[in-house]
Amino acid sequence: MSTNTLATCLIWLAALFVTAVFVCLLADIISQGLTGLSWSYLIEPPQDAGRAGGIGSIIVSTGLILLVAIATSAPLGLATAILLTEFSTQKSTFAQFVERSLDVLSGIPSIIFGLFGNAFFCIYLGLGFSILSGGLTLACMALPILIRTATEGLRAVPNDYRLSAAALSMTRTSALIHLLVPAATPALVAGLMLGIGRAGAETAALIFTSGYVDRMPDSVMDSGRALSVHIYDLSMNVAGGDAKANSAALVLIILLFVINSVSSFLANHWMHKRIIHL
Amino acid sequence: MSLSHTDQNLSLILQLCALIAAAVVLLILVFLLSESWPVLQHVSVWRFFSDDAWHPAQDLYNITPMLSATLLSTLGALLLSTPLGIASALFTRYYAPPALAAWYRRLIELLAGIPSVVYGLWGLTTLAPLVGQLHPPGVSLLTAILVLALMILPTIALTVDSALRAVPVAYHHSAAALGLSRWAIIKNIILPAAHSGITSSVMLAAGRAIGETMAVLMVAGNVVQHPHSLFASVRTLTANIALEMSYAMGDHRAALFVAGLALMLMVLLLVSSAELFKRRSLCLQIH
Repeated sequence: MSTNTLATCLIWLAALFVTAVFVCLLADIISQGLTGLSWSYLIEPPQDAGRAGGIGSIIVSTGLILLVAIATSAPLGLATAILLTEFSTQKSTFAQFVERSLDVLSGIPSIIFGLFGNAFFCIYLGLGFSILSGGLTLACMALPILIRTATEGLRAVPNDYRLSAAALSMTRTSALIHLLVPAATPALVAGLMLGIGRAGAETAALIFTSGYVDRMPDSVMDSGRALSVHIYDLSMNVAGGDAKANSAALVLIILLFVINSVSSFLANHWMHKRIIHL
Repeated sequence: MSLSHTDQNLSLILQLCALIAAAVVLLILVFLLSESWPVLQHVSVWRFFSDDAWHPAQDLYNITPMLSATLLSTLGALLLSTPLGIASALFTRYYAPPALAAWYRRLIELLAGIPSVVYGLWGLTTLAPLVGQLHPPGVSLLTAILVLALMILPTIALTVDSALRAVPVAYHHSAAALGLSRWAIIKNIILPAAHSGITSSVMLAAGRAIGETMAVLMVAGNVVQHPHSLFASVRTLTANIALEMSYAMGDHRAALFVAGLALMLMVLLLVSSAELFKRRSLCLQIH
């Protein structure tokens, strides 16, 4: 057998092996999670440390944490992206400084964000273990990806748009509001979804910022348990919690799958339809 | 070009926002340093490597068992997933028919989006019992390596795929025109051309593996010891922080921040050298 045939066989085998392993993994997660899944599981509050009942309050807490994260990071991210694309050249020192720091930020492991969030939001700012602290910590984590996708979205808007606006003597502000941001909306929303997806998958950054409390939160100052933290707690700290953990894992995966699919659909299809090339 | 009054105002607001976004990373560094300062004042850095054990309550701060667990699990995961990841990328780009390649890539993207806590749960309920049949207790360095390898495989496959995409098609065509076989083209032309990009993606994956917390925490067994075999229970730096932060006080808490600082420095070193390699590969492409 020649080296070429051998290499072809090995590469097909590797791909087959990877597919088999991952199909097993997905089948395991789905089959183990499906047994406990029902409508009442999604809306009932957890009982007996999660061994019984559902994940109603957990889903509400997760939603609130994500809401806080997005409400703070989206405006900040969009503003930074606009500054980087529309109000500075790529060579300017300030723009380079901002981009460098964002590169560094995107490489920081989530447990470090957890340490920082605990020290800064919970203790230094006195927010305690709360949904607000958790959401703000996730906001810091989501910033680089939001800014990167928004920057790419704005750069994808053809320069003709800017020149036409300038020819009509529109201010840059009104060009942004009426032309550029609307044109880039699909990319911006796609980036937002991607950020939500990342934040929703996060566990380590939330354990010591938003805490473990699993009852229904009254406000964002209450501690609230995110879905991922719930999975961790059930499988590690609660004897006999595995079945419920599997169901919660399936819910989380379906949620993230929907979010990621919407994001890639927006990025691939809507954006192309929306931009008019002159 | 001069800006109108409105534009100047907007520009100012935007600069302020960008400054806040850029300051987050500095803020993180400042807080890590200031929180670890109390213990660094009276415990020299050297003692984190030379103390007899990790017993913060008894003023002993040796982090090397955790450090070796982190490094060994990362190394093991890289050894497994680098060849598989590169093979996956080669498969989608040069071997699979387009429709199959698209499906395969979608599968890999789907897996890249699975949260680490779910990988950990699967490792704990499915993989650990299997490893336990080979050699108890099952939650071990080997299980951690396997789960980490699964987690970073999509990262490597996707980033190597884009490194391969960046190799000019002309290289492939010229080599094919010379009558080289597919493997000869890949081995002699494509892989050398994509070398920097591949190195960068492996380093990025190493950074992710070192920083990974939840999955490793759930499957590694969490005993503070230098691993004496693949089946030994170990505790990584990240898992140690996650486990002890909930009750650590005073110097103990500060020591955990020191561990966090060490972790951050390692990851930043890897990520920035990955960036360096990536830029070098971009430069090569232009010429």
